[in-house]
Amino acid sequence: MTDVTLGPAALDKARLLSWLQTYGVYAGVAVLLVVNAVITPHFLTVENFRTQAVQVAPVIIVALGMALVIGTEGVDLSVGAVMALAASVTALYLGYGLLPALLVVALFAAVVGLANGVLVAFVGVQPIVATLALMVGGRGLALVLLPQLKDLRNPALASLGSGDVLGVPYLILIATGLALLVAFVVRRTTFGRRLLAIGDSRPAAQLAGLPVRRVLIVVYVVCALLAAVAGVLATARLQAGDPTSLGNLMELSAITAVVVGGTPLTGGRVSIGGTVGGAVLIQLLTATLIKHDLPPSWTQIAQAIVIVAAVYAARGRGKR
Amino acid sequence: MTHATTGPPEETRPVGSARSDRLSALVQQHGALAVLLLVSLVASFSFDSFATGDNIGNMATGSAFLAIVALGMTFVIVTGGIDLSVGSLFALGGVLAAWGSRHGTLVALLLPLSVCALIGLVNGLLIARSRLAPFIVTLAAMLGARGLMLALTDEGADTYLVGKDSFLAELGQGSTLGLANPVWITLALFVAGAVVLRRTRFGQHVYAVGGNEDAAALMGAPVARTKILVYVLSGLLAGLAGALNAAWLASGVTILGNGMELEAISAVVIGGTLLTGGLGHVSGSLVGVLLLKVIQNVINQIGSLDSSYQQVVSGAFLAVVVVAQTWLGRRRHLM
Repeated sequence: MTDVTLGPAALDKARLLSWLQTYGVYAGVAVLLVVNAVITPHFLTVENFRTQAVQVAPVIIVALGMALVIGTEGVDLSVGAVMALAASVTALYLGYGLLPALLVVALFAAVVGLANGVLVAFVGVQPIVATLALMVGGRGLALVLLPQLKDLRNPALASLGSGDVLGVPYLILIATGLALLVAFVVRRTTFGRRLLAIGDSRPAAQLAGLPVRRVLIVVYVVCALLAAVAGVLATARLQAGDPTSLGNLMELSAITAVVVGGTPLTGGRVSIGGTVGGAVLIQLLTATLIKHDLPPSWTQIAQAIVIVAAVYAARGRGKR
Repeated sequence: MTHATTGPPEETRPVGSARSDRLSALVQQHGALAVLLLVSLVASFSFDSFATGDNIGNMATGSAFLAIVALGMTFVIVTGGIDLSVGSLFALGGVLAAWGSRHGTLVALLLPLSVCALIGLVNGLLIARSRLAPFIVTLAAMLGARGLMLALTDEGADTYLVGKDSFLAELGQGSTLGLANPVWITLALFVAGAVVLRRTRFGQHVYAVGGNEDAAALMGAPVARTKILVYVLSGLLAGLAGALNAAWLASGVTILGNGMELEAISAVVIGGTLLTGGLGHVSGSLVGVLLLKVIQNVINQIGSLDSSYQQVVSGAFLAVVVVAQTWLGRRRHLM
């Protein structure tokens, strides 16, 4: 779309479109901030910003992993199930202390990610189907391990969920740190370059001698681990293991954040800043509608419109 | 993701003999049926209550609504697309049918069918004309349709009942020759679906578009129109299934349909339709639905097993089928 050059007018239009595609999500966030500052009472308070950020932090963390997977032209539907698994496993092993419980959670997540990765990289199953199997099976397993919601009274877990450093909650610090780390990996490391090369064209990456299978497996394992982190943090905030509803539809929220942030579903290109922006945009939109007493149904319809608008704007981006 | 550009086989395998190719084709198409028969056989020996008329009737009625949704999904998947909005459209169709039933059966049926077909049309237009990814368009439709359904029911607080004596209630709750009406309707729809897919020009186009879109366009197949029509069909059938379900339950239940898109996709995939498009049968999808429901029934029969095992078994089953299919499919493509 952006390479159509017919004359000055067309060029300006193309430039505007290209600018919108790259910075539209930030512009959207800015507009929502300004609008809210004017029309929403008590919006410009530290307390409100902290609440919004704590709510969006798990979505951002899951979306970071999803962005990596989408960068390889894949998708991971099992992230919500991994969150539920993390909740169940945390609840089961918390008796042995927080750290052992976290290690077991990481182990479970790594196995799920490995299974996804092997199906995609070695068996050649389409990512959407490979991860669908674990989406269905993973939540079942979470329910088998912990059939219902369980209250967790553990000081370490509680402080993870609600503690802060100089007034900034751990959740926000962790999400920010992970976002910076993932952005660094995508932009500055060989692994990041290989990941994007695979998403651009898997056959070409293969011909170039890149370790395609290894990279794909690592990407799915990292995605599952990030989802597990989000699951543990959400569990810590709830102070309860909730295998039934934790992470429900999270795969869709994460994909939405990535897509709204300007990362094309066709792979080969990843915007981490956009992904964070996308998650924040959806969060602000939802909060705005709820604060003005508009019912949840409106929120869903508004989200649908934002998704279609974002994808429509990004038409023709990515591979040509 | 669902485009034909996804991962080609990583290495070339030696081409099998004609006989083993035929065998893999057979396994791919009818493997699910063999497993269904095997599971049913073992279950009927293991549980006295499995092979009773009542239980089979219940399973058939319970399968009918998902089967109708899976029928539409089959058409979509054969074109290489995917429809995530069917669960929401199922719920929306049910609510609209129940709401409309106070204005007579005609409204009760026409309202959900036209609204759901319209949403399918929007899906199809965005996918075929604007060339947006089916996954993301139907995801948006899933959110939008659920929002619309919630708005209609005062955020899920209102439940609309279907009048007891209406023709709609008879359609959903009555039975003919010992079989529940929804089962007859489902069977009729599958026969029609099979004829359309295998014997009509539209069916040929569906296969052609899924096989290779560019080639189909070069051969003069109306690619965009075919794609639009399959999404309309999928929306229409999801709405119909929801309406029949509401008639069966005598009310439009707002919490239904969650995760139904995944069940339908699972059934279609288990039934031997490739998600890459171009290959598949409606009969396979029917078998896939029955298999999922039989597994569910068996797990319910094993009283000691929690129903959450059902999801574990379904997931594991799906994984096995998909791996087998990918291997078999790869061999066949090298024929």
